[in-house]
Amino acid sequence: MVTVNGTKADIAGMTVAAYLASAGYDPARVAVEQNGAIVPKARYDAAVLNDGDSVEVVSFVGGG
Amino acid sequence: MDRALRRRAGGELRDRFKGATAAVCGLGGLGSNIAVSLARAGVGTLLLFDFDRVDVSNLNRQQYKAAQVGMEKALALAENLREISPYTALRPHVVRLTEENVPELLAEAQVICEAFDRPEEKSMLVNAVLEKLPDAYLVAASGMAGLGSANSIRTRRVAGRFYLCGDGVSGVSEETGLFSTRAALCAAHQAHMVLRILAGEFDV
Repeated sequence: MVTVNGTKADIAGMTVAAYLASAGYDPARVAVEQNGAIVPKARYDAAVLNDGDSVEVVSFVGGG
Repeated sequence: MDRALRRRAGGELRDRFKGATAAVCGLGGLGSNIAVSLARAGVGTLLLFDFDRVDVSNLNRQQYKAAQVGMEKALALAENLREISPYTALRPHVVRLTEENVPELLAEAQVICEAFDRPEEKSMLVNAVLEKLPDAYLVAASGMAGLGSANSIRTRRVAGRFYLCGDGVSGVSEETGLFSTRAALCAAHQAHMVLRILAGEFDV
């Protein structure tokens, strides 16, 4: 299991890009931290989510 | 002025704030309010970034005056900050921050505030800072539009040196605009977290 934003999800083995697409996130509007480290956007296609990982997906909305 | 701030903040904190450099990226409803708060609190050096000009539609929530409509925001805000706090060192930059220029333009800043409007720009800056500036703290914002409860605006520490203020969900849309109060609340959360970080208090 992978913990995403505090909730356990059965997504181990997926890439960051595949998870973002499946969960409906726009990759141009997010920041992803995997175990406390930023995942560079250039690595979304390669970075794999592992069992036990803790992931934070911050999805930005407009306004400032 | 130094003596007055010293009495307010205490000598050691005063020195920490005075020696600090903070960057404010985007000088709209969030950024202009953040900069005013940090200048008043005695942060020594402020880097101010915005490529845009003051528009009449900004006056409902941003720290500009009607007479400044048409001026570059970075220069207009620097003018206002000089009146408020003449001893703050100001580095206004009329430039669009990009993935490429962030490492160089923000290199000096100990703490960086993300105060952009568009979600794609927010994402770009957050990613660029966390990837390329390993020592900087980052205080970003998402979700402060509309007239939702003031109490839903909060600060959280996403991880390590990345903090996020706002309610996380209230974006600008056709039906929902930005109001001075909620934008200022979110800006105060950001500015307050900057001061806490500079004071060595890293919890939210």
